[in-house]
Amino acid sequence: MTTLPSARPAAAGTLARWDLKRARAEFPILARTVHGHRLVYLDNAATAQKPLVVIEALTRFYQEYNANIHRAVHALSEEATAAYESARVRIQRFLHADEAREIVFVRGTTEAINLVAHSFVRPRLKPGDEVLITAMEHHSNIVPWQLVCEERGARLRVAPMNRAGELLLEDYAALLGPRTRFVSVVQVSNSLGTINPVAEMIRLAHDRHIPVLVDGAQAVPHGPVDVGSLDCDFYAFSGHKAYGPTGIGVLYGKAGLLEEMPPYQGGGDMIRSVSFEKTTFAPIPAKFEAGTPHVAGVVGLGAAVDYLSTLDWRQIAEHEADLLDYAATSLAAVPGVRLIGTATPKAAVVSFVVDGVHAHDVGTILDQEGVAVRTGHHCTQPVMDFFGVPATARASFGLYNGRDDVDALVAGLGRVRQVFGE
Amino acid sequence: MNGLSELYQQLIIDHNRNPRNFGALDGANRTASGDNPLCGDQIRVYLRVTNGVIEDARFEGNGCAISQASASLMTTAVRGKSAAAALELFRAFHRMVTSPPAEAPDAKALGKLAAFAGVRTFPARVKCANLAWHTLRAALEGDPGGVSTE
Repeated sequence: MTTLPSARPAAAGTLARWDLKRARAEFPILARTVHGHRLVYLDNAATAQKPLVVIEALTRFYQEYNANIHRAVHALSEEATAAYESARVRIQRFLHADEAREIVFVRGTTEAINLVAHSFVRPRLKPGDEVLITAMEHHSNIVPWQLVCEERGARLRVAPMNRAGELLLEDYAALLGPRTRFVSVVQVSNSLGTINPVAEMIRLAHDRHIPVLVDGAQAVPHGPVDVGSLDCDFYAFSGHKAYGPTGIGVLYGKAGLLEEMPPYQGGGDMIRSVSFEKTTFAPIPAKFEAGTPHVAGVVGLGAAVDYLSTLDWRQIAEHEADLLDYAATSLAAVPGVRLIGTATPKAAVVSFVVDGVHAHDVGTILDQEGVAVRTGHHCTQPVMDFFGVPATARASFGLYNGRDDVDALVAGLGRVRQVFGE
Repeated sequence: MNGLSELYQQLIIDHNRNPRNFGALDGANRTASGDNPLCGDQIRVYLRVTNGVIEDARFEGNGCAISQASASLMTTAVRGKSAAAALELFRAFHRMVTSPPAEAPDAKALGKLAAFAGVRTFPARVKCANLAWHTLRAALEGDPGGVSTE
């Protein structure tokens, strides 16, 4: 079961508060200024900043034991291989997966979804079959399915949401039909913050023997994930949104499913033996890790999950719930600001539009005040169409954000009004 | 602060709020669409060109203040100009918005379009200012398909 925080502010005094000052001290980048202002980084849903322990792990790898893995007998290669495989085990524990071989290293969530679309779903799809997603998916959980559906003559179905940005669970259940071959759903929406009831969605799909992939890109940064109790068949996330390096991510897959899948890419490190007549593939997970992997990235991601594992997630959940509540209330009080996505439960992500001012102008003006937000369609154009807006500005919070960051955002929106003279 | 007030000059704010020449053009004989896929800015330019002269120019679209004001001021500026002169104006405009921030912009011959000189210190916004012009060029060159700045 996932224990993601919801928007409910916690009862006061139940436990020690999240030590924001200490958390901020772990992230060197927060000490810099932007256009003469303290950096107020509110673009965590795009990528999170990195704690010093992650930066140091990357540096140490390159300074002390950089080597290719799984090949040579020399000391450096053995150390690098040990670090790489040790990270796999720590990530297995982090996700509560049964076995380390169920953890496949990929470039990120996008590659993980493409891998499953190509190797697991594509061979199973016949004309008229269906793949089911939701109305709030990121483009990376839409386009791979469109590609395989088009190729196989299958149909992509979309479970709808309501105006608050909440999935309509009954409609979802009704869409699970005799032709549904696969379900791929986002756990936390990147543009709306909606936390979907994925455990229930998986149970409903499994009642019909339909396997499920969960896109956890926005969930992992906000709380512990347990793929075992979720019982998802696949789980994907990106390292860089979870305080780790860019270019590295994880596909979790149930061992039995990964074993029966053909490789996604061919090359070195994924074979047992090669002749010009026949190649025998390596067992999982190596079968899916062709070529020299991003060894430094894996080492850095290992350091990131170690860091996340030391944190008190109940405190962070309370802190982020408080931030979300404070941000939603503060922004709603700004004249002309309208929130997009008001689901319950919701992660600490606030999308909004300002009447008469395009999101990009909002973003440029906020940037001049040192406030970094994302503006645009957030790779969720269907979500923007649903709400009838071309773009939104989005403030997404991380464990180092505080109420002072919300105050800076609100002050910046005052500048927006000033510039646009309304 | 200085950069911001240079970017969002009163003329730009005004043309964003009250775009001139907004709406489809009856009797247009050249049109083209353009968009900024990463921003979502969209524009459609309508022209009536007779004997190589732009007799009328209008636009439709939505997007940020820079893109909409640029389209508004562009349609005003190119009306009555030859196609060749309009494209020359685009070249001068492009030079201005991509010139190094440290240098004084060369805004000679640009008239009111000089209001966009402040864009050069905001590299991420150059494509907003240029979108209408790229679309105009596509219309003049008979390429009605999608212009994309990415």
